[in-house]
Amino acid sequence: MEPQIEFEMRNVHKTFFGVKALTGVSLVLKSGSVLGLIGQNGAGKSTLMNIMGGVHSPEQGEMFLAGKPFRPKRPRDAVEAGIGFIHQELNLFTNLSVDENIFIDGFPRLARTPFIDRKRIREKTKELLDRLDLDVSPRAIVESLSPGERQLVEIAKVLATDASIIIFDEPTTSLTARETERLFSVITKLKERGAAVVYISHILGDVVNLADDIAVLRDGALVATGPVADFPVPKMITAMIGRDFHSIFPERHAKPGDKEAFRVENLSQPGIVGDISLAVRKGEILGVFGLMGSGRTELARMVFGLDEFESGSVFVDSAPLPKHDLASSISAGLGFVTENRREEGLLMPLSISENIGLVSLPDFCKGMLRLVDRKAMYGKSAIAADELKVKAGSYERQSAKSLSGGNQQKVVIAKWMMARPKVLIMDEPTRGIDVAAKFEVYTIMNELAAKGTGVLFISSEIEELMGIADRIIVMSRGELVGSFGREEFDQERIMKAAFRQEEEVEEAV
Amino acid sequence: MKDLFGKFSKTALRNTTPILFVLLFVIFGIIAPRFLTVKNLEIIVSNASYIGIIAVGMTFVLLTGGIDLSVGAVMYVSAVVMGLAVNQAGLPVVVGLVACLAVGLVFGIVNALLITRFHVVPFIATLITLTAGRGVGLLLTKSKAVDFGDEITLMATMRVGGLIQLNIFIFALVVLIAALYLGWTGAGRRLYAVGNDPEAAKKAGLKTDLITASTYLISGLCAALGGFVTIAQLGRVNAGFGQGDEFDAIAAAVLGGASLFGGVGSIFPGTVLGTIMIQMIQAGLVFANLDLYIQPVVMAAIIFFAVFLDSFRSTQLEKLERRNIMKLTEQ
Repeated sequence: MEPQIEFEMRNVHKTFFGVKALTGVSLVLKSGSVLGLIGQNGAGKSTLMNIMGGVHSPEQGEMFLAGKPFRPKRPRDAVEAGIGFIHQELNLFTNLSVDENIFIDGFPRLARTPFIDRKRIREKTKELLDRLDLDVSPRAIVESLSPGERQLVEIAKVLATDASIIIFDEPTTSLTARETERLFSVITKLKERGAAVVYISHILGDVVNLADDIAVLRDGALVATGPVADFPVPKMITAMIGRDFHSIFPERHAKPGDKEAFRVENLSQPGIVGDISLAVRKGEILGVFGLMGSGRTELARMVFGLDEFESGSVFVDSAPLPKHDLASSISAGLGFVTENRREEGLLMPLSISENIGLVSLPDFCKGMLRLVDRKAMYGKSAIAADELKVKAGSYERQSAKSLSGGNQQKVVIAKWMMARPKVLIMDEPTRGIDVAAKFEVYTIMNELAAKGTGVLFISSEIEELMGIADRIIVMSRGELVGSFGREEFDQERIMKAAFRQEEEVEEAV
Repeated sequence: MKDLFGKFSKTALRNTTPILFVLLFVIFGIIAPRFLTVKNLEIIVSNASYIGIIAVGMTFVLLTGGIDLSVGAVMYVSAVVMGLAVNQAGLPVVVGLVACLAVGLVFGIVNALLITRFHVVPFIATLITLTAGRGVGLLLTKSKAVDFGDEITLMATMRVGGLIQLNIFIFALVVLIAALYLGWTGAGRRLYAVGNDPEAAKKAGLKTDLITASTYLISGLCAALGGFVTIAQLGRVNAGFGQGDEFDAIAAAVLGGASLFGGVGSIFPGTVLGTIMIQMIQAGLVFANLDLYIQPVVMAAIIFFAVFLDSFRSTQLEKLERRNIMKLTEQ
């Protein structure tokens, strides 16, 4: 089948408050083909999608859907025209069942009654779920589903609308490796059925595997397009950042010190982690590798004092920390950049300065009444934000919500840097942020280490651990199963350790 | 074995309210055998019916994460209006009832407008209508009691189909309609959606304002109906009519499992069980010959215990359902 042009965008411009978000973008989507849309955060990908989705209207330019002019006024217009979105954040109602979620904005009714045709929605949902190879009951409450299953339900929702154009915006951030694979096979199937797919992701390897064509956005302009074969990953990166990109990781100059910054001894919590012992030296970056569900995050939360543990102890600067006591953990010099910056790391509606000043707020309390010296706090926050190159119009007025993912992460890090931690735990600090922002985060980690801070760097991306850590320990199912010095770094060996090798076969099934 | 226990405790935790209900029932039955007579149980349900009707409306509001403090006052004004329409204007009872319900609806509309148009938080908006409602009622009656004639008080002795007391019948009807609405219509399911995540609901194209507004109308209507049922029983509306009933209604809904944060709750068994339970405790304490002055304290203790169980349940359920990482290793 000759691919047809499903959608076309010609010379689209969009400006927000005098800032150009899109300048003259022209784009073509073909049926039965996947377009990989890449670009740094803030390059205009969201704006482009929002224009297609009827959230914003362009100031200039035209769009055509199946050859006819397309001017959506509301999101509903786009949905009715057959454009489906799968957003990074899921829009499911966790208290409702899968089938109810899929039909929430238009339940079929039993003839001549106001009642929902339960049987029909159940059957239709079953069909959709079967198409996605998702083995959950249509009556299952969404709350009981895993993040990956929820993501697939979201896709089922789009399939239910018979969308001919489906846009995936960073769909894999909450998925395990196996769920990601399943998603990819679904996308391939959609493509075979003739859908035009747009796939947006920071994981360039995935884009290469999935896409037929690549489009690169930079500063609101389409800087490169072409078949995927013409875009090896280095070329993609160059196009995205607009300069040559020699290394994804900054060079490490500083050597870790000899003094110990942080030690965990025999930490155990039944069912979660067993007998974990580890130590981080001053100026050392200790990488923690583990697959999803290996207990990495749980360990970090216990060590930091967020969750309880049954036995074991934690030392900062050789002084033991009281168990399950957040305030003393922080005052002893522990910091924790959580994996979920939206919900756990930031107060979204508050300003950048207020977010940065949060942990060190007690330092700014002055006088008898302990009133907050806002001026001093804003001043110090601004210095921290400048140091990390947070891109924002005004630190004091702009909310954390308004920032791109990479800048939000910098705000979280700045918050902890203000508190001058002796040890900083960073859980997936580069998740969902673009290549250039990743590089900046790595640089910040390097600088922290150079100043003598011990860094516990948790990640499920083995490359970044190998690129930045001095040592990598491997967790699997709540236990430490391996430790590798820099000279022993070997992707295959680390992966094998994480899979516990002998169980590799079982894991692959 | 351990798995079986886990399963058992999970089921038990999911159903704390029904279990507590049965437990109380048995305990009161043992303390006072007279408690378990059909006559007494009928009295309990009958006494629970007016709070039950209001609590049904309250459940709708709670499901969207709102609250309606005005129901007691709405009950009062609508009863007053009905009294004046029938007694002073000499209108037929049916017209009086329509007027009564209309007053409830009007207050519901005012609440809805304050909340969705003027963005007043529900607590304050309904506090305003509570005060206004009481004021209007007192103004209309000059704080005198309104008495009702036989044509209304006789209704209390009526039995539908010669079997079911009228107020119990109305209560059951309200419960049936509400349960069908919430469980089986698109509008009802969307109400749960809005309560679960208003932002996501908006993004999904749901008319969240309209959905939220509808719950206050329903609550106002239920309050007026509750007022009607009460006057049929009491035959008189004095200045204190309905005062504090809003809290009984909220307590009943919460006891029945409704969350004040929205998205969680049910009419049946939830709110119905909660309402009857409160009434049962009250009656049971009387039967148990407990000192009149200690009764409210015991009542409070039992409600506290039920709500405590509920929060204990959520944390325990969370623990039970947390992924057990290490267990996988053993399997």
